[in-house]
This record gives sequence, structure tokens and C-alpha cells, in this order.
Amino acid sequence: MKVLAAYAIKGGVGKTAAAVSLACLAAGDGMRVLLWDLDPQSAATFMFRVRPKVKGGGRALVAGRLPARDAIKATDFPGLDLLPADFTYRNLDLHLDGQAKPATRLRAVLRPLRPEYDLVVLDCPPGISLLSENVLRAADLLLVPVIPATLSVRTLDQLAGFIAGLGGRHPQLLSFWSMVDRRKLLHRQITAGPPEGHGDGMASTAIPALSAIERMFAERRPVTAAAPRGQAARCYQGLWREAQARLGLRPAEAGASGLSPGPAGRRSSPR
Amino acid sequence: MAVRIASREFVLAGHAPGAGVWQAGEPGLRITPGGRARTVRRAWLDTFDWRLFRAGLTLELRAPGRPAGRGGRAGAVLVLTGRDGRAVTGEAGPAARPPFLAGALPDGPLRARLAAAAGVRALLPLAEATSVLTEAPALNADGKTVAVVTLDRSELTAPSRAALPARLVIGPLRGYQAEADRLAAALAGAPGVEPAAGSAFETALAAAGRRPGDCSGRADVRLSAGMPAAAAVAVILLSLLDAAEANVPGTLRDLDTEFLHDLRVAVRRTRSVLRAAGAALPPGLADRYRAEFKWLGDLTTPVRDLDVYLLGYPAMAAGLVAAAPADLEPFRERLRQRRARARGRLVRGLRSERFADLAAGWRRDLAGLAGASGGPSAGELAAGQIARAHRRALLLGGSIGPGSPPQALHELRKACKELRYLLEAFASLHDPARQRRAVRELKALQDCLGRFQDAEVQLAVLREIAGQLHADGSAPAAALLAMGEAAGAVAARQAAARGEFAERFAGFASPGGRARIRALTRGAR
Repeated sequence: MKVLAAYAIKGGVGKTAAAVSLACLAAGDGMRVLLWDLDPQSAATFMFRVRPKVKGGGRALVAGRLPARDAIKATDFPGLDLLPADFTYRNLDLHLDGQAKPATRLRAVLRPLRPEYDLVVLDCPPGISLLSENVLRAADLLLVPVIPATLSVRTLDQLAGFIAGLGGRHPQLLSFWSMVDRRKLLHRQITAGPPEGHGDGMASTAIPALSAIERMFAERRPVTAAAPRGQAARCYQGLWREAQARLGLRPAEAGASGLSPGPAGRRSSPR
Repeated sequence: MAVRIASREFVLAGHAPGAGVWQAGEPGLRITPGGRARTVRRAWLDTFDWRLFRAGLTLELRAPGRPAGRGGRAGAVLVLTGRDGRAVTGEAGPAARPPFLAGALPDGPLRARLAAAAGVRALLPLAEATSVLTEAPALNADGKTVAVVTLDRSELTAPSRAALPARLVIGPLRGYQAEADRLAAALAGAPGVEPAAGSAFETALAAAGRRPGDCSGRADVRLSAGMPAAAAVAVILLSLLDAAEANVPGTLRDLDTEFLHDLRVAVRRTRSVLRAAGAALPPGLADRYRAEFKWLGDLTTPVRDLDVYLLGYPAMAAGLVAAAPADLEPFRERLRQRRARARGRLVRGLRSERFADLAAGWRRDLAGLAGASGGPSAGELAAGQIARAHRRALLLGGSIGPGSPPQALHELRKACKELRYLLEAFASLHDPARQRRAVRELKALQDCLGRFQDAEVQLAVLREIAGQLHADGSAPAAALLAMGEAAGAVAARQAAARGEFAERFAGFASPGGRARIRALTRGAR
């Protein structure tokens, strides 16, 4: 079982859209996928039309009183299950802090699910906290959206420094340009190459700022299912292929360059 | 998904549900019919002796209705459902063309679960159907699918053809069991809808005139202590003949190793009963058939010995320390060649007139004994013969010392087998709890003797093949070294079994062990 975490220090950079899309594409590829919406804002849970409620809340999950498998809900997409968000996740740091080995608790919660899933996708809330450290200890690959803005690139530096300082088990980092608007000169200039010092960890696929991506939350339908051959879906497919290669799920290949979308994937139809 | 929860199934009075059925949703739940119908080919599989059924499992192979190109199996899935309705699914792939062994499937939870239940037995298609499935999602107020209602219109296509009643199946989605239960309760009250009495598999089997667990391939008889011994022996022998014949087609097709094993067991038991209780039969009858069953037993021995070897080969190769498992390959190849040749002889024998005459004549002669009367009772015969076989095993075992040759242990093993077969043949005369207790120590002794003798045969084969490989120069030195190491491991296992023997026999021959078998035969008189 591989763990992929969509994570960023900043909010509103396209984490949830990436997490949902990659989870759908992985399930469409025949993998058994669990998406855990760790964000108390519950955007991913809302999109899948699932009630953002976990019996006993985040405390019961991290304390082991509620096995994760008992809180899982099937989505309308074959192969993709959801561990829903709960508003109590806002206190997850506190709950984690009260546990033995608080930095690896999330990993322990996921461990019993290994026989059931090939891939777990974590949709993380923004920030750097004990939860973030848990995510870093649990994940095999950290998928980090970076919007083409100076401050956003700076937070990527901070994150890389944070990971480097962790020691022990930590994930690979795969960042990608997110919400790229090629009408903007600054975006074109910044995305002309990877940020300094992040050449190896930068995906060659970028995700453009597209209304189709924004609409998926209004229509409560992943863009990979709503428009599987559209530009957004093709871009996420390219990103998924790069993530797969980093996770060792497929051989590495030359990805799409710049903003050119990756190849279209198999349609992930709802039930 | 990997895990799905128990379904709710219903049978429809007609071919399709009335409008009222689709409107049977609970408040807050809405069934949305109108989905596209798809045709699927289904096969339900189990082992010949129903191991999955006995483990509470159902295995279904489901493939798209239209042939999918040359492969023909694109999109085919295997669904293994437990008693609790939870299912593990896996892509069928080219290995899952029935009959197949669980071990041939790709690594994963499906293979692990199937292999644990089916072991070395092949998974055979027991019923096949073509189904037209139409799915109607049931949505909650948020528009989220909480269950899928499937209309299943199926036709049995094998082993016979028959129309099956249309079914409605509620497939709950994980985490939405309560909603599915509410929906099931609502549908149960809809006009023309009845709860299904059995699963789709059971319905298909029933239409084919079968029921789960209807064949074990093993002898199973019910006797009474007072019935004439001749009639009881005839019943036992007929049951053994049934078991032997039931395993012949699978042996001829080489579906798995257990068909031959069970055929051999039936033949050996027949020979044991003939030896021990032949006197209860009309004069000359046992003598006439004894040589023929020896011929049949001998015919099956070489392939079975090689099967045992090949089944143990992966563990043997994995146990090598100095040599690499691949070094043993020339040896395995020789085993396979030997098996192929031995199998040729076995198949010719089982297809011969001699075998056909033996089976037909034996059945005819035994059938004539059904109404036998007079002579000793079955209880008296059982008690006498079990006591005799028990005494013989005690005598042979008691004479074995540290310096006894392997042949002495082999003779004791055969005597123990005879005792065991008699205990099992007359099991229906005994108290089941006493029988279990009586057999416990005998079984432990048999296991020990079996390991010793298997090692003896394996060492002989290893030496013989090593000699051949060396003589014809067809194997590298690494192969001979690996075989030497393997022989060392087999010899160590044999020595361990030999070291265990005294303790096992002491348990069997202890006053308590003797009393348990005596108590059994006393109860049968």
C-alpha cells in the first residue's frame, strides 16, 4: 500500500482538486484507493456527497477507539473509498499530541488497511503542525501544489527545509505548478523552469487555472469523470503518471513539458 | 472495491419488476432505474469436494457477455464472497480459465484467501449462466449512491439449460448498510417481490439438479450393528467403488493431484476391507478381486509418489542454504518427465478394458449382496476385525527397536492404515466422540510413520535421478550439489521422524490408548 499526500503550507492552491483527481484516476486504473479527507473544511467529502461525520470524531480515530475501516464510505466511483472529514479534525493536533508516539500515529491508523488498499491519498489541511509531521511520516510521496507566485515558491523552500530537518523516514517530494494562468506574464516567467533548488522534485506537468476545475466543487463531480477528455483531466492524468513513476507503480517516462497536458486516461465512470 | 457488504436478494414473480417496485424507495431514498442493460457470462466455481462451500465461501467468475477479442477474457473478474457477504474481487486474468489452481492467480488477497480454502484442489465450474443485468442506483437526499439495485435476468447454460427466476439484488455500498436495509424492507413489501430462498449460485445449482456439498468424492456409509455382516461389507465396498469411480474423470483429466489421491485411498480401503472382512462375503469373491485391486493400486503408485514429491518441491527448493533454488531445476525437470511417463501408463490403465471390467463386475457382484442374510452381524465383524488389526499393529510396533530396518516401519505403517480404514469404514457403528478419541493417537503415529516413509521414497528417487543425471552428463555440478543438499535435508527430516517414533508408538500402545480402541469395539457389538 502506497501513501500519497496532497499537501501544502498555503491554503487554496489546488490540493483538494489534485487529491480528488488523482484518487479517481488511480481507481480508474483498477487500483483499490482510499482518499482520507483530513481537512476539517471537508471539501473533498462535500464533493463526493458524503456526510462530513466520523463517529467519535478525530479523537476516536487517532486513539484507535474507532478502527479506520469502520468509518470508511464508498464513493460513487468503483474502487474509490473515502474516509470522510469531520469538523473535529480541527483539533487533530491536540488529539495526536495526547497519544504515545504522536508523530507516527497517522501511520499506525493506516497500517491495518494495507490488505484492503493499493493506494491511500491524504488530502491535508494547510499549515505546518504535528499533523503535518504525521503526514510526512506516513507518506511515500508528498504532492505539493505551488502557484506561480513568489511567496508560494518561498513556502516550498520552507517545506523542503522542514522535511530535510526531520531525519528518519520521510517522503519523496513532487511539487507541481498549480492554477497556472498563462495570460499572466509573471506566471509565464515563473513557470518557465523549476524553482531554484527544486529541479528534481518538480513535476513536468502543470495544472492550469481552469473553470472546469473550479466547477467540480459546484457540480460535486470530479473533473476526471465530468470531462474525462478535457484539458483538466488530461493534465491530472499527466500528473498521475509522474506520481505513479515516483511511487514505483510504473516505470518513469518523459512527462509532458510545460503546460502541455498528459495523455488522457481511462474514464472513471460513476457507479 | 475490495470489500462489499452483504446483499439483499429477492425473486420476482414475473420477468421484470412492476413500476411499483422502483417506487418502493423509503423517504429520502430514490431508486433511479433506466440504466443500460449489460450481458455477463457467469460461472460459479468450487473444488470437487466443495471446500469453498464448506468454508462458507462462494466464488464467481464474471466476464463481459460479448467475446472480447482473441483473449476473450478482458474485464473478467473473480468475486469471492464470504458468509458475511463481504467480497474480495480480483481481475481474472489468463490464469483464471477454469479449471485452475488458486496458486496460479497473481499474488494478492484473493489468491491468499482462495489458496487457504481450496489448497491444492482445482477450482471447477459447477454452474454457468448468462445474465442480463440492469443496475439502478438508489440515491439519498444529497444525490449520493447508497446502494445499487440490480435486476438480474439469468439463464442457466451449463451443466444444463434452464431459465432462472428474475432476481432483484440490493448491493449496499460500504458505510451505507442501514440505508440498504431500509431499502430492502421497502422492497420486501412491494407487489410481485419475494425474498430469495437461496443465492443466485444455489438457484442455478438447483435448476441443474444439484445442491452444494452433494459430492465429496469420499466413501460415506450408514450401517447398523445388527445388519448382516455380508450386507454391511457390500455397502462399504459399494461406497468405496462409488468414490473410486467419481475420481476417475478428474484423474484422467489431471485436474489436480487429489483426484488420484482419493482414487488411491478408495482402492487401498477396498483392499483393506477385502483382506480384513472378505471372509464375510460369499466364498471366492474376495479372492477373485484381490489381485485386480492390487493391480489398480500399483497402477496409481508411481504418479502419486511423484505428485507428493512435486507438491513438496517448492519447500525443498526454498530450504536450500548453500545452493540456489534454481540449481535444482534439472532435478525437477526429471521429476516432471518421470511423472509424464507414469501418467501415460496410468491413463492407459484407467481406460483399459481390464479396469472397465473390474469396475462393472465388482459393482454387479456387490449389488447382488444387498439382501444378504444370516452369518455374523456387522457389529460383531467390526469388533473382531478392528481388534485383530489393532493387535497386529501393536505386535509389529512393539518389535521395532533402534536398529530395525526402514521396512519394519513401513510394515507397521500399512498395518496402521488398515486399522484406520476399518475404524472409518465402520465409523457409523461407533460413538463419534469415542471414535475421535480412539483415532487421535493412531493419527499421530501415522503422521510420524508417513513422514518417515515419504522421506525414504524421496531419498531413493533423489539418489536414482542423481545417478542418471551424472551418468548422462545432462546436469551441471551445481544441480548435483543442490540435490546433495536437498538429500541431506530429507535425511534430517527422516531422522527426526525416526526419533519421534518411540514416543508416538508409546502413546498409541499405552494402556489408555488400548482401552480407547477396545471401548470403541465394545460399543459396536
